[in-house]
Amino acid sequence: MKATVTVMLKTGVLDPQGEAVRRALGSLGFEGVGGVRQGKVIELDLAAQDRATAETEVRAMCERLLANTVIESYRIELA
Amino acid sequence: MKAAVVVFPGSNCDRDLAVALRAAGADVAMAWHKDDALLPGTDLVAVPGGFSFGDYLRCGAIAARSPIAAAVQAHARRGGYVLGVCNGFQVLTEMGLLPGALMRNAGLKFICRTARLHVATADSAFTGNFAQGQEVRFPVAHHDGNYFADAETLARLQGEDRIAFTYASSLNGSVLDIAGVLSANRRVLGLMPHPERVADPGHGGTDGLALFRGLVDQLAPA
Repeated sequence: MKATVTVMLKTGVLDPQGEAVRRALGSLGFEGVGGVRQGKVIELDLAAQDRATAETEVRAMCERLLANTVIESYRIELA
Repeated sequence: MKAAVVVFPGSNCDRDLAVALRAAGADVAMAWHKDDALLPGTDLVAVPGGFSFGDYLRCGAIAARSPIAAAVQAHARRGGYVLGVCNGFQVLTEMGLLPGALMRNAGLKFICRTARLHVATADSAFTGNFAQGQEVRFPVAHHDGNYFADAETLARLQGEDRIAFTYASSLNGSVLDIAGVLSANRRVLGLMPHPERVADPGHGGTDGLALFRGLVDQLAPA
């Protein structure tokens, strides 16, 4: 089973990199970009065959390593 | 006083920290990240600056899950002293020994210069040899030193007098200009600036000496 974890800074945590990207887009002439948030995507190739097991495992991985929940939130997609 | 300096792949201030501690009178051993125990009788664990594990994933994240980390956490739980400088501070927040997190500098640039700091509390073994409010100059060299904590955590840090050092003027976007914080039992300190780089007249400054001497004085066997 494959899992895709998206880690983003929590709402309310200032994202200086996203803000720099937003300004750079503006300077290239891309108008109307209200905000940019930058995060990371982590792809996992799992031995688990069933969804429930995979989800439990990946959630534990996120809590213990993949995300710093002080500043980051995460989203798990399984396929 | 017996100190252990932890060495991760990518640590680069480990020897500087050991030299500063030895000069202050500590008996220093190096602890490799794959060790799962500290030497018996270790009073202080010092986690050095650098780029542990290449700053992969997040600064300090991998180091905080290495075998030595469990020993450091157990040492802190027993009431042992822990000092984290720069990457070491990031590691301690990732271990959960200190609250908050260190994010990318607000200006996005790596900042490498001497910073003016204020000693925000003299109530700890680390800061007892300074005067509260004293201005000191420590070098900073970091890309991710922008301290963040939620409002509730900040209120607790302030209420419990746990902000150890602040930048005299805004440096990297840190909330409340925080440069270093203490744990609830005041025995764990993390700070982004480098006291070990101003611990010898040859460094061009000796403001950091008081931190190491204070520790050795406080932790010397009675």
